[in-house]
Amino acid sequence: METIFDVENFNLWYGDNHALHNINMKIEKNAITALIGPSGCGKSTFIKTLNRMNDLIPSVKLSGSIRYRGQEIVNSDINVYNLRKEVGMVFQKPNPFPMSVYDNIAYGPRTHGIKNKSQLNDIVEKSLRDAAIFDELKDRLKDSALGLSGGQQQRLCIARALAVKPDVLLMDEPTSALDPISTSKIEELVLDLKKEYSIVIVTHNMQQAVRISDYTAFFLLGDLVEFDKTDKIFSKPSDKRTEDYITGRFG
Amino acid sequence: MSDNAKPSLQQKSLPFGRSLYSHALQSCMLLCIGITVALVFFLILYILIRAIPYFSWEILTTKPSYLRGTIGVLPDILNTIYLVFTALVIVLPLGVGAAIYLNEYAKSQKLVKVIEYAVETLAGIPSIIYGLVGMLFFCQFLSLQTSLLAGSLTLVIMSIPVIIRTTQESLKTVPNGYREGAFGLGSARWHMIRTVVLPCCIDGIVTGCILAAGRMLGESAALLFTAGFAHALHGYIDGITSSGATLTVALYVYAKEQGEFEVAFVIAAILLVLCFITNYLAQAYGRHMKKIKQ
Repeated sequence: METIFDVENFNLWYGDNHALHNINMKIEKNAITALIGPSGCGKSTFIKTLNRMNDLIPSVKLSGSIRYRGQEIVNSDINVYNLRKEVGMVFQKPNPFPMSVYDNIAYGPRTHGIKNKSQLNDIVEKSLRDAAIFDELKDRLKDSALGLSGGQQQRLCIARALAVKPDVLLMDEPTSALDPISTSKIEELVLDLKKEYSIVIVTHNMQQAVRISDYTAFFLLGDLVEFDKTDKIFSKPSDKRTEDYITGRFG
Repeated sequence: MSDNAKPSLQQKSLPFGRSLYSHALQSCMLLCIGITVALVFFLILYILIRAIPYFSWEILTTKPSYLRGTIGVLPDILNTIYLVFTALVIVLPLGVGAAIYLNEYAKSQKLVKVIEYAVETLAGIPSIIYGLVGMLFFCQFLSLQTSLLAGSLTLVIMSIPVIIRTTQESLKTVPNGYREGAFGLGSARWHMIRTVVLPCCIDGIVTGCILAAGRMLGESAALLFTAGFAHALHGYIDGITSSGATLTVALYVYAKEQGEFEVAFVIAAILLVLCFITNYLAQAYGRHMKKIKQ
């Protein structure tokens, strides 16, 4: 397998608070990597460094190395706008823009300079199809995205992220605000997207990690306790703390 | 506890003392409301009653002539429009830009606090002080002479706090998720602000603008020093560079220095109507935007 993110001795501080300690992991291409762990363990913080969204918080300091396809992204002067185009993100709370469905999807391509109408139409249709929501929304392209249900909004956000043709999709607890039916639709979608994209997903739901992920990383209090194949983590964890967490002894 | 100690549910009225107290307070408050409403209506009616007999198409559409002994307020109306227009054109980019910087760019919270404090203080300074400073700085130091332009610039400084405040308030109502979403798609900060944040708060900015225009219409103290007293009829370019009285200043001059109370009341009525119109516009626009958003 090919590695897409290579993380070595990575540390992160919020001001004086050392939030991530010496993280080492290799994230595989075209696989789903789940990050699990109790609240406040640093998994959301970690996922946000992969597309440098942490740049937006002024007090954050980083050390160590994360290479995306061989290019260093920690403390380097790469073009973050292109990085975020390559490494798209879906957030915990669905956050469609207050515009029409069409304009939401076209936002990313337009940002990166695509103005041609028919090209945009193609992108919008393909993105909606890829996010398995085209049939539901094809007659509502001109309606406000804020009128959609929560689950539809989240799939719209996934479609919006796909519209800039990313390489990796980061998902920060994408189903925690959704009902079970919407959740299962998104899980199916994520499994389907694996063929073309590498996916890193933060989840609070361990069944979800088991159902969809190939690899699982267990974070605890800023440490990466264990990182292995999902089957292995959930059947024969090598660390006692992992076992305690997945069997529900704390968390 | 014996039965007669409990208050009876059948008893309709409160004990005499409490009922007297309650009635007295209620009457007091009714009186307050009555006085407030009466004052407002008295003022409006008084102005209209004094103004209507002298109201004519001629007074609205001519300039005063000492040769013929006629009086007209058209130059004052035009001066007011020129002044408010110029001031808005300058203050909008300044105020909105400052608010965007404070809310979207500034990293140091300390700096933001200092600037916000300064802006708040600026809002509380009596307008006559702006007039004095405006006269010394714009009219004399920048040699703009006494002109509508100097008056506009003085009004710009005065209304910056209103614009900054209202813009900032509406920027703060834009959910952070929108910003994150746009950043996550690879948009740069200004692009994100222009395409996502500003469209969300355009209604707040417009409302602030209308409020600021309303305050400019009513301003007189700052203009006595800076904009002048002339009643000449000019086009925009000539008008803005020469001395000219706005409606409020003209009202002062006619009433206080020439004893022409009839004209003063006509001007007062015009200002009253303009005041109604701006308030109505602000509310109607707010309702309109609410409808669109739903």
